[in-house]
Amino acid sequence: MKFKRVVVTGLGALTPIGNNLQEYWDGLQKGVSGAAPITHFDASKFKTQFACEVKNFQVTDFIDRKEARRLDKFAQYAMVASDEAIVDSKLDLEKIDMDRIGVIWGAGIGGLETFQEEVLNFGRGDGTPRFNPFFIPKMIADIAPGLISIKHGFRGPNFTTVSACASSANAMIDALNYIRLGHADIIVTGGSEAAVTAAGIGGFNAMHALSTRNDDPKTASRPFDANRDGFVLGEGAGAIILEDYDHAVARGAKIYCEIAGGGLSADAHHMTAPHPEGLGAKNVMRNCLKDAGLNPEDVDHINMHGTSTPLGDVAESKAIKEVFGEHTYNININSTKSMTGHLLGAAGAIEAISSIMAIVHGVVPPTINHETYDEKIDSKMNFTFNEAQKRDVKVAMSNTFGFGGHNACVLFKKLD
Amino acid sequence: MSDIASRVKAIIVDKLGVDENEVVPEASFTNDLGADSLDTVELIMEFEKEFDIQIPDDQAENIATVGQAIKYIEETK
Repeated sequence: MKFKRVVVTGLGALTPIGNNLQEYWDGLQKGVSGAAPITHFDASKFKTQFACEVKNFQVTDFIDRKEARRLDKFAQYAMVASDEAIVDSKLDLEKIDMDRIGVIWGAGIGGLETFQEEVLNFGRGDGTPRFNPFFIPKMIADIAPGLISIKHGFRGPNFTTVSACASSANAMIDALNYIRLGHADIIVTGGSEAAVTAAGIGGFNAMHALSTRNDDPKTASRPFDANRDGFVLGEGAGAIILEDYDHAVARGAKIYCEIAGGGLSADAHHMTAPHPEGLGAKNVMRNCLKDAGLNPEDVDHINMHGTSTPLGDVAESKAIKEVFGEHTYNININSTKSMTGHLLGAAGAIEAISSIMAIVHGVVPPTINHETYDEKIDSKMNFTFNEAQKRDVKVAMSNTFGFGGHNACVLFKKLD
Repeated sequence: MSDIASRVKAIIVDKLGVDENEVVPEASFTNDLGADSLDTVELIMEFEKEFDIQIPDDQAENIATVGQAIKYIEETK
């Protein structure tokens, strides 16, 4: 059986550095930081008091008030980004077969704020259960693709993938494979997250996972820098329309690029720490190249997971050197988390969009905030520090790794 | 309009996102005001909270219109 080719025909983004695709791409190229003091709740007693929040977002500009009230923020973000991608794809929803359109979405946590508020409300009472009927449907991580399908009538495969920070990369790979196998013509994929809440910041703080650079939030996310001290929590959504190549050509769609492969692996090592030699990271990149039928030398650009944590950045850099050998030094590597912060389950989606736009525009966005080389990371590697670089990107890879040891890698390729 | 009626109306306007003019006594939550099964449960809970009353499930089933809600609360308070 011959696999179908799959292409990208629509994009949408709602991020800490831009509230739509164009603003996001502008922010990426300019090297804008999305970090600022937290406004969503009073963080004055928290070790970390800043995050990369979505800014100037009025949900009622997109969704009517009654509907918006029934959605957790992670689902609101999903609706807004997926709407943008669907419009961008110019799909004629009157003419296409709705049974052949799916939605496969990634969310690492889901409705954390809803969960937090409902449980707090219960805790403040006398033990009499007074839970809101929307508590469960607002909170569950799979409500986002459910809502997208309800809005548009998409009746194909529909679910959420949960693998912490790899969630939306898992979603894209599942979407790729369902289309490859002929189970759907089009899948709306991507991911969203909204964990900048007291429970989210407090929980990650307890793990010592977050940067505590409260005196200078904008430089806190500094992947590969010797003085990095943890990741910066972000929020938002990225949406990607994947489509059977023949279907896209037949309707004259604008094609951004091909999604040529996906790799999956597990560290099988520790709940939260990466494998020190990057074993799972090596395997996932090799699996991805194999799936795409490409060699290491074909890769021009890697958007790393690169969260700005002391251990993770070292292990992933080592893994890249082992997989790519001498070719490592020819690759434009970056971590756009230096600008957006870490969007957890949405990270894979917005970083895939950065990689796709790098292919389309021939520009690799920078890794900002680099000041001091870390002796544990090879300084000859080109991390695209501090300024965007022009590069004819034919093949781009995007890595995401999640707590639990889940690794996922997707590969995008300029259309021949 | 009684105090209870205006408070009931305000809750319905807020929770269902409908125009105040639509919230007339004979308006049905589901047929006229766009509520689904979850909305109606939430409305009942809001009435309980606002008026500090308990509305048992078998009574709640009989509250389908704005007028029925006002009447029930007036009789219970």
